[in-house]
Amino acid sequence: MATEETARIKKLQVQRYKPEENPKVHFLNAEKGIWSWLTTIDHKRIGIMYLASIAVFFFIGGMLAILLRTELLTPAQNFVDANTYNQIFTLHGAIMIFFFLIPSVPAALGNLILPLQLGCKDVAFPRLNLASYYIYVIGALFTLTAIFTGGLDTGWTFYTPYSSTTSGSNVLLMTLGIFILGFSSILTGLNFIVTIHKLRAPGLTWSKLPLFQWSLYATSIIQVLATPVLAITLLLLTMERALSIGIFDPNLGGDPVLYQHFFWFYSHPAVYIMIVPGFGVISEIISTFSKKTIFGYWAIALSSLAIAFIGFLVWGHHMFTAGQSSLANMVFSFLTFLVGIPTGIKIFNWLATMYKGSIDMKTPMLYAMVFLFLFTIGGFTGIMLGALSVDIHVHDTYYVVAHFHYVMMGGMVMAFLGGLHYWWPKMFGKMYSEYWAKISCAIIFIGFNMTFLPQFVMGSQGMPRRYYNYIDQFQPFHQFSTIGSYVLGIGFFIMFGYLLHSLLRGKKATANPWGSRALEWQVSSPAPQHNFEHTPVIINGPYDYHKPMSEFQLGIAGSHNGHGSDADISQTNKEQAADKAK
Amino acid sequence: MSQTSAIDQLTAHVQHHFVDSDQQFESAKMGMWVFLVTEILFFGGLFAAYIVYRAWYPDLYIMASEQLDTFWGGVNTVVLIGSSLTVAMAIRSAQLNQQKGIVINLLITIALAFVFMVIKYFEYSHKFELGIFPGAYYTFEGIDHPQANIFFSIYYMMTGLHGVHVIVGIGLMVWLLVKARKGVFHSNYYTPVEITGLYWHLVDIIWIFLFPLLYLID
Repeated sequence: MATEETARIKKLQVQRYKPEENPKVHFLNAEKGIWSWLTTIDHKRIGIMYLASIAVFFFIGGMLAILLRTELLTPAQNFVDANTYNQIFTLHGAIMIFFFLIPSVPAALGNLILPLQLGCKDVAFPRLNLASYYIYVIGALFTLTAIFTGGLDTGWTFYTPYSSTTSGSNVLLMTLGIFILGFSSILTGLNFIVTIHKLRAPGLTWSKLPLFQWSLYATSIIQVLATPVLAITLLLLTMERALSIGIFDPNLGGDPVLYQHFFWFYSHPAVYIMIVPGFGVISEIISTFSKKTIFGYWAIALSSLAIAFIGFLVWGHHMFTAGQSSLANMVFSFLTFLVGIPTGIKIFNWLATMYKGSIDMKTPMLYAMVFLFLFTIGGFTGIMLGALSVDIHVHDTYYVVAHFHYVMMGGMVMAFLGGLHYWWPKMFGKMYSEYWAKISCAIIFIGFNMTFLPQFVMGSQGMPRRYYNYIDQFQPFHQFSTIGSYVLGIGFFIMFGYLLHSLLRGKKATANPWGSRALEWQVSSPAPQHNFEHTPVIINGPYDYHKPMSEFQLGIAGSHNGHGSDADISQTNKEQAADKAK
Repeated sequence: MSQTSAIDQLTAHVQHHFVDSDQQFESAKMGMWVFLVTEILFFGGLFAAYIVYRAWYPDLYIMASEQLDTFWGGVNTVVLIGSSLTVAMAIRSAQLNQQKGIVINLLITIALAFVFMVIKYFEYSHKFELGIFPGAYYTFEGIDHPQANIFFSIYYMMTGLHGVHVIVGIGLMVWLLVKARKGVFHSNYYTPVEITGLYWHLVDIIWIFLFPLLYLID
């Protein structure tokens, strides 16, 4: 009996593998030519293709925002007419949300980092991953066609009956584009869920999972559960336009408020698709640059899931003035307040992590600080908007505009930029200019607050959103805001400059420039083509800074992780023979 | 040598990023289950629309349901349940290495799926003859209710989308059939058969909900 028992225990021989510094061959140059990029199934390359695509859309969306702000310099017409103005804000919203924010951290950074943090060679379905990128591109082509053939002016929410009766045929193209895009989001979420469940490295238990993974897991659940509802909603809207099926059109006996329910059942959880992965990035950055174990690991991990769960129950707070019953309003208002609890838990745990940590104010940490400051303002104003009586007053005003820009841009974009700077050396093997990065971060911070703080004031005084003209008393605020948007633009321009410089002329990065304990930093920079030369073995958590580095670079001895397998088998056979001889 | 080639055949299907065949199988199966969840939510939107309008116009649903042919709907239900049985038998054949069994069972499943679509075609064309079109094109005067078009909009959306899923299923099973004839599937590798079977069961289950909700309420 005793011998049988011992035979069941698998012994893993582990050994320390120090990452190779500045390797000659890595995932960026292992295969050459544009075709090798377009047909790649490597998650890192797909992540970089996503990164390039969202950068393009961020630029387009940002330029549209600058146009909007420039038009609002004076109360009367400046240089575009009212209809064009409506089209510009519609496209700004739709592009920033569907083509930048939603894929920003999950599809771009997530694709790059997820398998590296899990210690596997790729996501579970690499071909599906590539397919999801091309689906994104096809969706984007539809949208670009819609833009260049005359645009549309429904707002990014496509509310019926306006969207189903307005004459511009581009509504059809745009909604189809976003319908297609949704499948890309679903497939990415599906891929991540399966990868996190099934492909973790030996020893990587759920309690050692990096918090970025927990946040991606929570996000993927939202993507998988909410996006299909958006898909059916947009399909019904398309049918409404194509065949007049009448489900949302009051002229045919339909109900436009039903559209709003359907739309927000997706789009409110989608707000959390846009912020929860940002939380994960911030957790990684704060722990790394405080050189300290994360405070309240499980509290942060589970609060992501709690936000995902509560996020499905609060969609009605977008419809307080849309003719919902007052009982529904009260319930939705109460549930909205609940979201503040897990979010607050996260903020306090991050602060507690920094407490008595040895904080290194590198650029990613600077962005994390900016995030904490701006996101807290965005979060608190969100609680105010969730309060029924306040919401009736500020509904559809600039107060709402300022709130969601503080959450989406001050929160998610800052987290994304933090993550971009944090993982930049791992992606390209190059460092950027720390000096210029900090200057650009400061300019972005100042520009952002100049742009959006005045909007809170205007909104509370009654300036409605989406208006082309305004009364004279708001002019100073609008002008200040517009100047702020230019400052913001300059900040991003500087960032583009030093990142480009880093790509072309940047100093070479070491494998682990931040001294992190997380798994993705235990491979060389840029990462090897198949991530790990040896199957990694995890015995410590990713934030155990009190343990020596030698305990974080372990891999299975002898095996070559399935590549060059001929050598492997003979090696293993020899070991087995040696074991038997003993 | 013969031993190593046998091993090669057993592990040829394992993709480079999986440790072993089991991990690949479990991942594929879990992926399919997650996909089925998204399908349920996709149809869930339509079921929600069905519920809302039925709560508002309960008498309309009963009147309009009389226009649907319960007999042919019932036949289609039996056909689909039968096809679910045969697809399950195809998986069983693959598990038992019965190459002929896989092919025959897949053929029967495809045939039953076609029978379903043909019956559906006759149902649709009968309604179009009467002028029962979705939404604004609705011209039928046999139902004395101002919102009769809404019921049929929902009917066409639900059954139409289900029909699209049946067609996709047929496509998948034709692909399986081609592979099965080449002898790709055996007791160590039958993942595509298994997960297509899962998909087909979902298509079946959605119909099992659609049939009573649309045909049997009168």
